[in-house]
Amino acid sequence: LTAALAAVRAGIARRRRYDLVFSGVGLAALALGLSTLGALLWDLGGDGVGQLSWSFLTSFPSRHAEKAGILSAWVGTALVMLVTACAAVPLGVGAGVYLEEYAPKNRFTELIEINIANLAGVPSVVYGLMALGLFVYRFGFGQSVLTAGLTLALLILPIVITATREAIRAIPGHLREASFALGATRWETTRDHVVPYSMGGILTGVIIGLSRAIGESAPLITIGALAFIAFLPPAPLQAEAPFLSFKWLMSPFTVLPIQMFNWVSRPQAAFHLNAAGAGLVLLTMTLAMNGAAIWLRYRFRKRIKW
Amino acid sequence: VVETLLLLAALSSVAVTAAIVGILVIESVPFFRVVPLGTFLTDTQWMPLFSQPRYGILPLVCGTLVTTAVALLVAVPVGTIAAVYLSEYAPHRVREWVKPMLELLSAVPTVVYGYFALLFVTPALQRVLPDLPGFNMLSAGLVIGVMIVPYISSLSEDAMRAVPVHLREGAYALGSTRLQTALGVVMPSAFSGIAAAYVLGISRAIGETMVVAIAAGMQPTMTWDPTQPAATITAYIVQVSLGDLPHDSIGYQTIFAAGLTLMLMTLAFNVAGHLLRKRFREVY
Repeated sequence: LTAALAAVRAGIARRRRYDLVFSGVGLAALALGLSTLGALLWDLGGDGVGQLSWSFLTSFPSRHAEKAGILSAWVGTALVMLVTACAAVPLGVGAGVYLEEYAPKNRFTELIEINIANLAGVPSVVYGLMALGLFVYRFGFGQSVLTAGLTLALLILPIVITATREAIRAIPGHLREASFALGATRWETTRDHVVPYSMGGILTGVIIGLSRAIGESAPLITIGALAFIAFLPPAPLQAEAPFLSFKWLMSPFTVLPIQMFNWVSRPQAAFHLNAAGAGLVLLTMTLAMNGAAIWLRYRFRKRIKW
Repeated sequence: VVETLLLLAALSSVAVTAAIVGILVIESVPFFRVVPLGTFLTDTQWMPLFSQPRYGILPLVCGTLVTTAVALLVAVPVGTIAAVYLSEYAPHRVREWVKPMLELLSAVPTVVYGYFALLFVTPALQRVLPDLPGFNMLSAGLVIGVMIVPYISSLSEDAMRAVPVHLREGAYALGSTRLQTALGVVMPSAFSGIAAAYVLGISRAIGETMVVAIAAGMQPTMTWDPTQPAATITAYIVQVSLGDLPHDSIGYQTIFAAGLTLMLMTLAFNVAGHLLRKRFREVY
């Protein structure tokens, strides 16, 4: 009997040991992910921080590595993001609101939902091909800021839609019923209650989507963005009437990731340092946006108690 | 009126899908008029821009599969273990901190990962494997693997957390350790969610462009050896787009044919994942 008992005890001890070993393995897996992030930041920071200077931010790209800067790249990124936000936010939020508040439960709605889930898995370079065929050649927008902004808007549409839906779904039904009971129409309820209350979640989704778009280069290369742009698009604000100009929409452009790609793919080490500098600026932007999104999510989750 | 506008917004996503499929098919039709489908699928050389052009997609598919396989060899174990640890082992505070940090891994722009693969990972690997060429699929695959860890860990963890607590309590009451509970009860119950996470990871790895374009070289080579340089489908598309090809040239049409192949590959994995999920779905 004691032998059997000892065997059982040994078995239990062994399982406990496995359990302990696994918690070590789990920590190691997390550490691998986090240390890669650390190594990436360290590598990029070490190479790039020396490049950051006022003239790096205010110079055009150049054949001489030490004179080159990212002026046209960051201006291009800002303009493209403006177009992306203007297109993706109304479409994405509108679609999210429709699917949660209006859509009847039928096969057609289901089709839209499956379609959105599948779009999230489509490689980004394929969006670029679609834009090349559609926007650049069929619509004749050319290789412009407008084309780039619209392409990225379509790319992040699934992210914005999903975030909007999740935010709206978190709102309890009795708030809607209270509004209906006071005689509000569906649209009034949506406009005055549902959308304002879910603003935090929607905003988080939009920021995450834009941070994805800002780092995206493959689809923009596919539509034919140039890496060497030594001029700025025409300014959107002008001194004389009508003050606003939309010529910049049709201007050729470059963006930060493409500028960085161009520098990385050159053989000279001096350009690699420039690439690190551009990468550092880009990484700071995306990480700041993600940080903002996490903070927003945290704040809204804390503040709202139904 | 508003409802119609909102419906149009929702329909825009369907229009995007239709446009993607439509454009890819329409633009590849002229290509397949010149190149028979059989040649496209069986020829082992891809040299569309040479004076003696060869149009076999296999080398590109091969490069794509090798980098994807390397990436999954990293991402699946690391992602799954991290998910199990976060869901079943980690204290609440650790999870609250580590999960967003891991998600930052997927927020880093891919071109930055490309830089990292070419100028950090490859030199580091060369210390171990001195014969490793400067461009190789191994470092690109490893970096893509780390990049998709958060997709797998985050989604799998959500799936595991959705498993009802009473199932776990049942296992504990029978004397299971946390590991036995995780492997024997939680993971099988969360299988459909975990499979969805893997499918998304595979789609991302297949479609990843910048890392391979920067770090794996751009020569289409038919090889299964990950330490060799090779081009993937995505890298080829980028390479052609960087040049200045006229709208109606065969080179321009090749990227749509390549894009169509890429799209069909991701679609195949998605459908397989969907069937797998349906087969193993657990309902409570």
